[in-house]
Amino acid sequence: MSDIPEGTPKPEQLAQIRYKPPRRGWMDKPVELKKGTYCYSARSKFMEYLNLPNAREWNPTEGDWKLPADWKQTILDGMRERLTRFRSFRLFMDICVRCGACADKCHFFIGSGDPKNMPVLRAELLRSVYRNDFTAAGKILGRIAGARELTVDVLKEWYYYFYQCTECRRCSVYCPYGIDTAEITMLGRELLNLVGLNIGWTIEPCANCFRTGNHLGVQPHGFKDSIDFAVDELEEITGVRVEAPINKKGAEILFIAPSADYFASPHYYTLLGYLALFHEIGLDYTWSTYASEGGNFGLFTSHEMIKRLNAKMYAEAKRLGVKWILGGECGHMWRVVHQYMDTMNGPADFLEQPVSPVTGTRFENAKSTKMVHITEFTSDLIKNNKLKLDPSRNDHWRTTFHDSCNPARALGLFEEPRYVIKSVCNNFFEMPPNTIREHTFCCGSGAGLGNDENFEMRMRGGLPRANAVKYVNEKHDVNILLCICAIDKATLPVLMQYWVPGVEVGGIHEMVANALVMKGETKRETDMRGQPLNNAEEKEHV
Amino acid sequence: MMKLHDLLLQKRPAILEKWFQAALETYPADTSRFLRREKDRFANPVGHAISYGMEGLLDQLFDGNDSAKVSSLLDDIVRIRAVQDFSPSQAIGFIFTLKRIIRDVLQSEIRSGNASAEELFALEARIDSMALASFDIYMGCRETIYELKATQVKNATLKLLERTNLLTEMPEHEPDSNDDSDGK
Repeated sequence: MSDIPEGTPKPEQLAQIRYKPPRRGWMDKPVELKKGTYCYSARSKFMEYLNLPNAREWNPTEGDWKLPADWKQTILDGMRERLTRFRSFRLFMDICVRCGACADKCHFFIGSGDPKNMPVLRAELLRSVYRNDFTAAGKILGRIAGARELTVDVLKEWYYYFYQCTECRRCSVYCPYGIDTAEITMLGRELLNLVGLNIGWTIEPCANCFRTGNHLGVQPHGFKDSIDFAVDELEEITGVRVEAPINKKGAEILFIAPSADYFASPHYYTLLGYLALFHEIGLDYTWSTYASEGGNFGLFTSHEMIKRLNAKMYAEAKRLGVKWILGGECGHMWRVVHQYMDTMNGPADFLEQPVSPVTGTRFENAKSTKMVHITEFTSDLIKNNKLKLDPSRNDHWRTTFHDSCNPARALGLFEEPRYVIKSVCNNFFEMPPNTIREHTFCCGSGAGLGNDENFEMRMRGGLPRANAVKYVNEKHDVNILLCICAIDKATLPVLMQYWVPGVEVGGIHEMVANALVMKGETKRETDMRGQPLNNAEEKEHV
Repeated sequence: MMKLHDLLLQKRPAILEKWFQAALETYPADTSRFLRREKDRFANPVGHAISYGMEGLLDQLFDGNDSAKVSSLLDDIVRIRAVQDFSPSQAIGFIFTLKRIIRDVLQSEIRSGNASAEELFALEARIDSMALASFDIYMGCRETIYELKATQVKNATLKLLERTNLLTEMPEHEPDSNDDSDGK
C-alpha cells in the first residue's frame, strides 16, 4: 500500500463524480486533441511534392508542432493579404452580430454537443485574432472587445476545429447576413497551410492528383484496366458488350467522374450505370486518363491548390478536342466547377455551349462552364422518352435520397436527381423536409475528414443525417440511401452500419442501369450488385 | 401507506424533469440549453432521444415489463453517448442518477414511512437491471466501432493486394471437379 503516492484519490472520492462541466469562457479552455476526433498530419513527402511550406514529419498529439520561427508573423501577414484579396473575408469578419441563427445548425454541434462546433464560435476562433490585430477596438479594448492574441494554443485550436468542419454550408443557409462559414474554414485552413499545418487525408490526394490526375495515384494503364474490367462485368450482367473510349481525340464529349467510381464500392455500380447508359444512347464520348478525377481536394486546402488541380479538366478537354464536358456523380467537384473553374481556369472559349446530342436540349445553365451534371443530362433523356426503362427491376429497393451538400447547396440541384430516381424506381420516400434539399444534413465526413482516425467525430457529425434515414427506415422500410457524391458513397455505408443497420448506400446511375432496358440484352438475372432479381415481371422485355 | 406505484405516478412529472435535467447537465451549458429548447426531433436528435427515451423508460419502469422496448429505448440514448465525449461511466451514469432522483423526490414519503422500503428496493433492483442492459449496449456500440474500423483497414489492404495482382481468387467451383477420378 505504501507504493500508492500521496494525494491519490480514495475509492469513495473517485465515486463522487461531478458530471456537470465547469463554466469557463471559451477562450480560456485550451484545446485537447482527443482520440477519434482529430486528423493526422500530412507526410512530408507529399508536402514536398506540392512545394508546400514547412514540410516535415510531425504529430499533432506531441507538444512541439515544429513550427517555423516566424510562424506568427507568417499567419498575420497571410491574414492581412487575404483580408485585402477577399472582400467577403473582411465582411464575414466584421459583420457577424452573433445572433445565433447558425449556432444549432451544424451537424457537428448537433451530434457532438461541443459548443466550439457552433459555426459562430468556429468563426470566432479566427475573428478574435482578427479583432486583436486588425481592428482599432480590439487593439485598445482587448478581451472586452472579444479580441485575443494569436498563440500556439490558438493555432492548435484552429487546427482542431477547422478540421472539424466539412464545409457543407448548412449554417450559411440560416445566416441573415449570408456569412458563409465554409469560406471562413477555407481561409482558416489556408492560413494553417502557410506554416505547414496540413492533414494527411487532404494532402496525399492532392499530391497524387497533381502527379497522375487522381486521388489514388492510378496511372493510365491502371485506369484502363479498371474500365476494361467494368466493361467485362457489365457484359456478364447484361449480355451487352459496350465500348468505353479512353483518350479518344475528337470525341464530342469528355466525361469526368470521381476516381472512386472506378475502384471503390458501392461507387463501382454507378460506373456500370454510366457505361450502360452511354452505350444505349450511342454517345460519342471519351474518358481521360489524366482528367481521371472529378474530386478536387484543393477545395479543402487552399485557393491556389483548387486552381492547380482543376486545371486538368479544361486542359484535357482542349487536348482531346471535345465540344463540351459531362460530369459524373461527384459532390465537391460541382462546387469547384460551378463557383471557381470558370474564373480560375477559364474562359473555356475553345468549347461549345453544351447541347444534348440525343434530345437537342441546350443546357443554358452550363453556357459559361461548358460542363453538365449527369443527372441533368439523364433527366433530359428521360423527359424526352429516349430511354426504355423498367423500374420494376428496382423493386427490391425502397429508396430515399440524400441531397449531397455541394450539388444541393452549391449547385442548386434538387429536382433532377429526384426526377431520375422516380423514373427508375417504384419505391421512393423523402426524408423529413428540414433534413433535405437546401437543409440537407452532411454525411459528416466531407472536406478531408473521412479518415479512419477521425471515426468518432464522423459518427457524431453524421448523426443528424442518420437519424432522418432511421425515420424513413422505420416508417417506410427504406433499405437504400441514394446519393450523388463519391465521399458520401465512401462514408455513408459505415455511418449506416453504426446508426441504421440494414440500410445500403448507392448511386442514382446504379438504379438507372438496373432499370435500363438495353437493345440486345439477355434476360437480366441480377442487379448491378450481382443480387438475384425476381424475374416474374421481366418476361416481356426478353 | 400509499402504494409506491401510485406515488411514482403522482410524482412522475417531477422525476422525469429532474432526470432529464441531470442528463442535460452532462453537456456544456450552451449545449444543454439547445438540447432542452429545440423540440424538433430532426433538428435535435440528441435531445429528442434523451427526452423520448426517458419518458418511455419511466413508463416501462413503473408500468411495463417489455424488455425489448427497454433495450430499444436505452439503445437510442446509449448509442449516441457511446460516440460522444464521455468515458464509459459517464456515458451510462444517467441510469444510476435515476435512483438518487427518485429518493430525492420521494424524500418526505420515505421519511414518514409512507413509501414501502421493500417496494423501493424492488424498483431500484429494476433500475440496476437497466444499468446492466446499458452496459451491454454500450459495449456492443464500441465493438461495432472497432469492427467497422478494422473492416475498413482489412478491405483497403485486400484491395491493394488485388490491385497489385498478389492475390488470385479461388474460383467458386471447378468445372468437372466431380468427375475427377484421380483423387481430389
